[in-house]
Amino acid sequence: MLADKDRIFTNLYGLHDPGLAGAMARGQWDGTKALLDNGRDWVVNEVKKSGLRGRGGAGFPTGLKWSFMPKEVGERPHYLVVNADESEPGTCKDREIMRHDPHILLEGCLVACFGMAAHVAYIYIRGEFIREREALQRAIDEAYEARLIGKDNIHGWDCDIYVHHGAGAYICGEETALLESMEGKKGQPRLKPPFPANVGLYGCPTTVNNVESIAVTPEILRRGAGWFASFGRENNTGTKLFCISGHVNAPCTVEEEMSIPFRDLIDKHAGGVRGGWKNLLAVIPGGSSVPCVPADACENLLMDFDALMEVKSGLGTAAVIVMDKSTDIIRAVARLAYFYKHESCGQCTPCREGTGWMWRVLERMARGEAEKREIDMLLDVTYQVEGHTICALGDAAAWPVQGLIRHFRHVIEERIDAYSANPKPMDITALEAAE
Amino acid sequence: MSPRRLADNQPDRFAFTADNVAWAKAQIKKYPKGRQASAVIPLLWRAQEQDGWVTRPMIEKVAAMLDMPTIRVLEIATFYTMFHLAPVGTKAHVQVCGTTPCMLRGSDDIIAVCKRRIAEHPHEVSADGGFSWEDVECLGACVNAPMVQIFADTFEDLTAETFEKVLNAFEQGETPTPGPQIKRTTAAPVTGLTSLTGKPNGAARPKKAATPTREAASVKAEPTEAPAAALAEPSGAAGELLLYSSPPPDGADDLKKISGVGPQLEKLLNSLGIYKYDQVAAWSADDVAWVDARLTFKGRIERDDWMSQAKMLAAGGKG
Repeated sequence: MLADKDRIFTNLYGLHDPGLAGAMARGQWDGTKALLDNGRDWVVNEVKKSGLRGRGGAGFPTGLKWSFMPKEVGERPHYLVVNADESEPGTCKDREIMRHDPHILLEGCLVACFGMAAHVAYIYIRGEFIREREALQRAIDEAYEARLIGKDNIHGWDCDIYVHHGAGAYICGEETALLESMEGKKGQPRLKPPFPANVGLYGCPTTVNNVESIAVTPEILRRGAGWFASFGRENNTGTKLFCISGHVNAPCTVEEEMSIPFRDLIDKHAGGVRGGWKNLLAVIPGGSSVPCVPADACENLLMDFDALMEVKSGLGTAAVIVMDKSTDIIRAVARLAYFYKHESCGQCTPCREGTGWMWRVLERMARGEAEKREIDMLLDVTYQVEGHTICALGDAAAWPVQGLIRHFRHVIEERIDAYSANPKPMDITALEAAE
Repeated sequence: MSPRRLADNQPDRFAFTADNVAWAKAQIKKYPKGRQASAVIPLLWRAQEQDGWVTRPMIEKVAAMLDMPTIRVLEIATFYTMFHLAPVGTKAHVQVCGTTPCMLRGSDDIIAVCKRRIAEHPHEVSADGGFSWEDVECLGACVNAPMVQIFADTFEDLTAETFEKVLNAFEQGETPTPGPQIKRTTAAPVTGLTSLTGKPNGAARPKKAATPTREAASVKAEPTEAPAAALAEPSGAAGELLLYSSPPPDGADDLKKISGVGPQLEKLLNSLGIYKYDQVAAWSADDVAWVDARLTFKGRIERDDWMSQAKMLAAGGKG
């Protein structure tokens, strides 16, 4: 188990002062100037060496992403955009950072801006996070006041940080949709290439990073890449915020080591599965977009990118949604299908039409009002959506359905059988009443 | 995606208040020259906050302010679902999260309350005009499920009963306390902290002193200590709360003898630097508040009267 001294987010639960004084007492903004004095390349290399993989879901190496930015600033300025559009069902980690530890995010912005020769950072926060936005703005005002950021600040690297907000669109968490939204348009993803590192915000080189990815970088630099890399397995290093929701005795958000066994995570921090370990039905280990993992595969499961790939799921945002045996798994996935139907931006036909189609079929299946051949038809449709859209929302909508069919086909079949054995219970009672 | 249309009945005009005009100008300045369109969501949002819902004249006004074609602003208003295209309840517009993590923990019950108390259908305003509700997608507080958002605040860890209490408060024009509606601190486990139990120190700095430092133990006076400021009533003039930075040399007392303190709580108290009866016996009201803020079951110290118990135990009596 990770020791408190190795935790980066020391005010995760808001027990302490989120303001500048409190942040400094907890070791933030400590020696930032000295870190920057090591130079741009050192900063990027340390982040590379730490093995940090993006915390927003895709797990792309952060240092590598930074190194895609042009080495020299040309006519177009560089931008850092922090993706705080946290909307993946199950995920609520960035919220805690922004409302309780905002300064470490700001320090991260400065460091990342320096590493990528950017002078402006925008933090795109989801519209619903109104209090979090206020907390973040308070922290920014404090940081400007103390000349930690801004023009002619004490760190010697001009860096303006602005908060921008959305208005309730999950798709704006996709980096190019986020940039479109920031430019004042509908949040519809762009075709890639060109990638944002070449043509991003306002057509300028831009890097979009998740809040958690940015917020851990100052500590990586302060304590060394080796310290961060000492947690977790190779290629899956570092500490990570896990959000454990659903059928556990004590849902919580907690910072733990990567590659922590799933069972340890649930038992130590979340009070165990409701009704005991044997009552576990399945778990969605990385936010709604990844396929579920059935209980029998959870026994020795490690929580990291590679281990979860092996069980055909993913770490995603490390939002662990636990489902016990009381769960109607078909309905749970149908609700996710509705989510994707609601949040599809409507740009690509397979996603716009496919998400609605999948939802309608799943709703029928949840009642058993379907035919067994439709299960394969549904699976076939998921493959027609997956990989045939501009962004990954199509994939994200398809995967949970694929996971359902892969592991719980028998449940769907049983329900269809139960329904066809007694298709309209109401009619029978009506008949009985008539007799 | 969901088709969204402007309401049939539209007001004739819209104008920002003077304060909001100044605010809007400052917003536009956040973006590079010629990129004022970036401010469209913030401006439209502020307009909605001002008038309650997004109207056609509002869209036209914002388009003019940002030098955008009206159709582009109309696109924004219909694409982003936080913009209400029709009037909502004046006292409370309840956004119920119904996505799977909340559904697993009982958001159906919350929606049932909405249907019974507010209106049968989402986006329908209650008969008295005070309330409306809608089923929204994940609001990002999944470990505090089920939850609702009412205007800027979230109400978390709800049951049908506590949700009704929240509604009652809004009905009477009060503002109920946001956050978890059970005894719980934000996203921490309800059964007590499993991490971050100690006092936070500068991460890169050496940790606790090796020797017990009783004299330097006033919480509020310690330079690296900030939690007092996070409490509801930051009280600088608090008494001396004695804390040990490591177990006292003359041995720790068995705090479990205090009725109400179990092994878990004892561990938590030890991690705060509390090891002995006389420490507990000497707590002031502020100290109680400071310790209480770190417990999951708030109010326990006073309910079980730890201090009198500790006093007796310190004097050698039975707890």
